[in-house]
Amino acid sequence: MSPALIRLRSFLLGDGQADRVVPPTGFTVRLTLFTSAAMGFLAVFALALSLATGRLADRWSEALARTATVRISAPEGQMQAQTDAVIEVLRTTPGVVGARVLSVQEQRDLLAPWFGPDLPIDSLPLPQLVELRETGKGYDAEGLRLRLSAEAPGAVLDDHARWRRPLVRAADRLRLLGLVSIVLIGMTTAAMITLSANAALAANAKVIQVLRLVGARDVYIARAFVRRFTGRALQGAAAGTALAMLAVALLPGADTAGGFLTGLGFQGAGWLLPLLIPPLAGIVAFWATRAAAFRTLGEVT
Amino acid sequence: MIELDKVAHSYGGGELLSGISLTLMPGSFHFLTGPSGAGKSTFLKLCYGELMPSAGHVQLFGRDVGAMSRDDVAHARRRIGVVHQDCQFLDHLPLAENVLLPLTVAGQDTGAEADNLIELLSWVGLARQAASRPPELSGGERQRAALARAVIMSPEVILADEPTGNVDWDMSLRLLQLLVELNRMGKTILIATHDLNLIRAAKAQVSARVLRIKDRRIQLAGADL
Ligand SMILES: Nc1ncnc2c1ncn2[C@@H]1O[C@H](COP(=O)(O)OP(=O)(O)O)[C@@H](O)[C@H]1O
Ligand SMILES: [Mg+2]
Repeated sequence: MSPALIRLRSFLLGDGQADRVVPPTGFTVRLTLFTSAAMGFLAVFALALSLATGRLADRWSEALARTATVRISAPEGQMQAQTDAVIEVLRTTPGVVGARVLSVQEQRDLLAPWFGPDLPIDSLPLPQLVELRETGKGYDAEGLRLRLSAEAPGAVLDDHARWRRPLVRAADRLRLLGLVSIVLIGMTTAAMITLSANAALAANAKVIQVLRLVGARDVYIARAFVRRFTGRALQGAAAGTALAMLAVALLPGADTAGGFLTGLGFQGAGWLLPLLIPPLAGIVAFWATRAAAFRTLGEVT
Repeated sequence: MIELDKVAHSYGGGELLSGISLTLMPGSFHFLTGPSGAGKSTFLKLCYGELMPSAGHVQLFGRDVGAMSRDDVAHARRRIGVVHQDCQFLDHLPLAENVLLPLTVAGQDTGAEADNLIELLSWVGLARQAASRPPELSGGERQRAALARAVIMSPEVILADEPTGNVDWDMSLRLLQLLVELNRMGKTILIATHDLNLIRAAKAQVSARVLRIKDRRIQLAGADL
């Protein structure tokens, strides 16, 4: 084992005698346990929200990026000219990254589900389809329509998926809010633990004085407090996380009722993510208590 | 071992002590006397780095306290046994663990000291009270326990602040006896007390120097003591 691992192990397992020098810090430590459990619980839901909205935003924006098409219906002789005009218009439209004329075979594939593979597509007056890809920001649909009607009277812009654009933006915003909530939960946990640790340190001023008198170093005194608060934060966050994960797992899965609510959960490897919450709470508690302890110990001489 | 050079101290108001120069030589035995409020406890606190001088220098084992880190001070204190005036203990731990505390905080294996501890506790007459908690003990018992804790690390210097403050005369003599024995083992001893009878009793057994705090300064007491 590396020295760092050995230190971590001895920190977690503790040194019974060293822990006993600080009397039980009952109330403040129970507060830490409760706070961490509640925060762990909330963090799981914030994480689930963030992951679910993230998935939704990805799915929708992918659909969005692919589904806009220009349909050109023109008499036989003008088809090629109008198609070229449409391509030229799209090439110079801000917000459109690419445009591609669908081949006869691709059009046949699109129609196959309805008419079967043997459709004599060449003899039918089918419109020509042009698929366009847009940037994340999108293009000005009204402007594009106007230009198309001027350059190619037979062209119709079909952007039926565009109504989802504001939803994607909302979903992205929700994902961000979820992440911000997790950060806020972490900071709140740190603040609560700092307050509890300060209270415990203040209540033990005499103990600290006695330990100093007999030659205890600051790290020794700090460690007794840090270990206690870190342990309780770990336990609390683990309990809160477990409860919340159970609650998420038990969310009713009604597929017919709508995608978003039933999508609120973890999928596959996503279930491993909330398991990071307890160790993170432990790390937050460790640094919060350590900072509080050294600050207090630095004030008393 | 402990050296004060033109040391002054004030708690914020006027100077309580000033121009104090003193060297505690290894194996010496000192008494520090003076009326209550003269600054005896303050002087002892300067000697183990609990208080910093407002002027002058205090050297512990050859190093200036002002230049030492907090960890260095902690390490120096392990070489100085202190019997505090108000015998500070951890009330939630039994006496035995309180006496072992200097070893515990130094990260030493206290289990290995079990035999020493029993011997030490019987030496101060507290073998039966090993499992009691400090608040359950009498003032004299606590003072003896404080002495036991002060010597458990086998320190080179023992500073005792009114070690006989709460005890009757017989017990005072017994505690003095313990300190005299420690001095015969080579320890440097400094006892602050206002009890002149105790000093007279000690002078019959060891060659002790008697210092007196007067008008903020330290002077050697006359032959009347
Ligand atoms: N922490 C402190 N803050 C302010 N004044 C103090 C403090 N400790 C002691 N004093 C004052 O310093 C004077 C000397 O105290 P002390 O050293 O305890 O004297 P002694 O031990 O000789 O009785 C007293 O007047 C006391 O009130
Ligand atoms: Mg005093």
